Amino acid sequence: MNPTTQEAFNQGNLRANAAYQSARRSVTINPITRLEGHGRIDIFLDDKGDVERAYLRVPELRGFEVFSLGRPAEDMPQITSRICGVCPTSHHMASTKALDDLYKVESTSAGRKIRELVYNTFILEDHALHVFVLGGADFFVGPEALPAQRNIVGVIGKVGLEAGKKVISTRRRLRELIAYFGGKVVHPVFGLPGGVSKALKPEDLPKFKQLAQDGLEFALWTLSVFRKLVHGDPVYLKMITSDAYTHKTCYMGMVDEQNKVNFYDGKLRVVDCTGKEVCKFAAQEYLDYVAEHTEPWSYMKFTFLKQRGWKGFVEGPDTSIYSVAPLARLNASDGMATPEAQAAYESFYKTLGGKPVHYTLANHLARIIEMVYAAERMVQLVNDPEITSPEVRRVPTSVPKVGIGVVEAPRGTLFHHYETDEKGLISKANMIVATGNNAARIAMSVDRAAKGLIKGGHVSEGLLNEVEMAFRAYDPCLGCATHSLPGHLPLKVSIYDHDRRLVQQLVQD
Amino acid sequence: MSKPKVAFYWCASCGGCEETVVDLAEDILGVVEAVDIVLWPVAMDFKYKEIEDMPDKSITATLLNGAVRSTEQEEMAHLMRRKSQFLIAYGSCAVNGGIPGLANQFTREQILKYNYEDAPTLGNGGQKIRPQLKSTEDGRELSLPELHNVVRSLDQVVEVDYYVPGCPPTPNITKTAITALLEGRLPPKGSVLAPDIALCEECDRKASKPTNLAFTEFKRTHQKLIDPTQCLLAQGVVCMGPATRSGCGAQCLGGNMPCTGCFGPTSRVRDQGLKIMSSLCANVAPKEEGDISKVLEGIPDPIGTFYRYGLAKSMLRRKVNLPANGK
Repeated sequence: MNPTTQEAFNQGNLRANAAYQSARRSVTINPITRLEGHGRIDIFLDDKGDVERAYLRVPELRGFEVFSLGRPAEDMPQITSRICGVCPTSHHMASTKALDDLYKVESTSAGRKIRELVYNTFILEDHALHVFVLGGADFFVGPEALPAQRNIVGVIGKVGLEAGKKVISTRRRLRELIAYFGGKVVHPVFGLPGGVSKALKPEDLPKFKQLAQDGLEFALWTLSVFRKLVHGDPVYLKMITSDAYTHKTCYMGMVDEQNKVNFYDGKLRVVDCTGKEVCKFAAQEYLDYVAEHTEPWSYMKFTFLKQRGWKGFVEGPDTSIYSVAPLARLNASDGMATPEAQAAYESFYKTLGGKPVHYTLANHLARIIEMVYAAERMVQLVNDPEITSPEVRRVPTSVPKVGIGVVEAPRGTLFHHYETDEKGLISKANMIVATGNNAARIAMSVDRAAKGLIKGGHVSEGLLNEVEMAFRAYDPCLGCATHSLPGHLPLKVSIYDHDRRLVQQLVQD
Repeated sequence: MSKPKVAFYWCASCGGCEETVVDLAEDILGVVEAVDIVLWPVAMDFKYKEIEDMPDKSITATLLNGAVRSTEQEEMAHLMRRKSQFLIAYGSCAVNGGIPGLANQFTREQILKYNYEDAPTLGNGGQKIRPQLKSTEDGRELSLPELHNVVRSLDQVVEVDYYVPGCPPTPNITKTAITALLEGRLPPKGSVLAPDIALCEECDRKASKPTNLAFTEFKRTHQKLIDPTQCLLAQGVVCMGPATRSGCGAQCLGGNMPCTGCFGPTSRVRDQGLKIMSSLCANVAPKEEGDISKVLEGIPDPIGTFYRYGLAKSMLRRKVNLPANGK
């Protein structure tokens, strides 16, 4: 054999051996189509086959901030709602509040009450969607259930057909209220600076009074079912409180003047992992308190507490990473503003070992407590005599410049920030969405779950489901996060060995 | 006889179209009863592999929502086309490019630069860190797909049989479309499955629409209190109704706001934006150039106003210096 051929043969041999080695280390290799729109998880193993680092990455970006340039500010509530068709009402409302601020006009009192009524109705139905159709389905059907049963059909099997129908019809009626004011339920149109476009006719009030009452009953029923099926089950309780699903980070949420949870208006309060207040600020001051970190490996940006500075993906008392969404809102507040929700809040901390609670999976119960509050608030609002007032809007007169609006979206704090010329045409837009606020903690949860599940190169079959559970609890919307993908998160997991060779891929659509 | 197979799929979209399918509410149980849903990523777990393995044309109908902007979406559009007897563009983005199509006015470079270098909240200590197609951290190599320049409607990528318009379509027209397909009552190929008349025809305010409009000014929606009974055009507010297909029940008017045109044009109109512009401009009262400009100041963003959902499919389509495939 001549030396050149010998050299080529040797190299080929080496590659073949290496391939054999790496093949032995992997468990199964699934065939996979190339799908770049998926959420991606890349897991790197060390020489022992344990996890060195897992990355959650988002591979797309739509660029709403840029194509908003030159648009009339008053169109922004309708344009930005298209960031997400699952929570369009949140974007619509944050944007509308930014317009109030932009034009320095306060909503009329009745206009504000209608906004709050629509918004709490939206929170109730959106949370219900998550509890019964999306993430909550993991729990209702039992810890051993197959993925094929973890859907609305499986949930109906568990709670009964009648109850299932109640879920569907209650959501439909709640969404009819949103459509009454918003024109459309997906991508509503009613938000304008200084109020709303449409008043509530007195003759239409009785059906909404009935709806609010039924909504409250529905929320309390959900609470009791979930407590019994999930928190009453020792297997679940162990899972919820396990280390794999625990992170000690800061928490952010909007509070009213008594530091009670509020979705529509108030100041943003941040507590650290011991429950101590770190800061409390108005929407207009957000640039002093929050900042975004970028990484070369994802289009998603990671938000952190600006005054503490970016310290990497770490937890503990000094971390600058904070989380948002139901659990964070409960942790960042001193309670709920309505009686049934307050009682549930107290029992929540009593059964989960005091405040703050760091268990990511406790988000599910926290979400249901928020449903109770939203429903109680609806009842208050439909019984407010001013709710049928025709004075729903004030026409702005001042010259626009900068406007910042914040709401608590179902999935957490949502910032809209616009700057305009004197005609109110957008010259700059900046949006920080719930999932961006949660991105760093979600990335840590995925890393933690991977480390717990992969040992010695053995990849557990349940990896995808358990990793998914780690972030489904946040109800993450990567569509919002990069203003790109829709609400559901299809996943692709790639596993690399110590020599950085791809040894396995798993896909969940 | 086995049930007809139906698939739902999404490309570059917000998820609102999927919500509409869920909003069929109690009716969805009837749909689930009548068909075999083979793919629906938002609500049920399925593997793409299973779709690939199906014989060609074995899916009766695929309702595909969202615009096309990545190679993956393009691949899926071709795959679903091959497997389906009927491919239906569902919702404004698939039909006409939708709101994401407004990005065709800007470049990918503008989007990346703003998001990772200029946004006011960036906190990398002055460092500019952009996502990289290839990056390494401690020897771990990570790659990202490239973003594309241009947003396209579904029929700019594959052949489409029918169109269901709307942002999102309403549960009603969705139900009508699905029923027509299942019962084989099919209009000519290429039809839009919604009434082929202008929105004004189903608008409660139609009676107050003046036969002779003479605009002396246009008011933007935040600038005046809108009378909930009168035609918006009669109030000097731009309403896309005359150039927009009906079928939604004039929902936005029900919310006391103007139509923004999400159902697209009727079959007799090639370009929705041009149609409404020529109609509005013909009715501007002043005849002198300076006075005309003054009236038109009330419409400061013609593209966002007249092409909000249809830029990608319109005659304008995109900024001229962008290559179509966006590499």
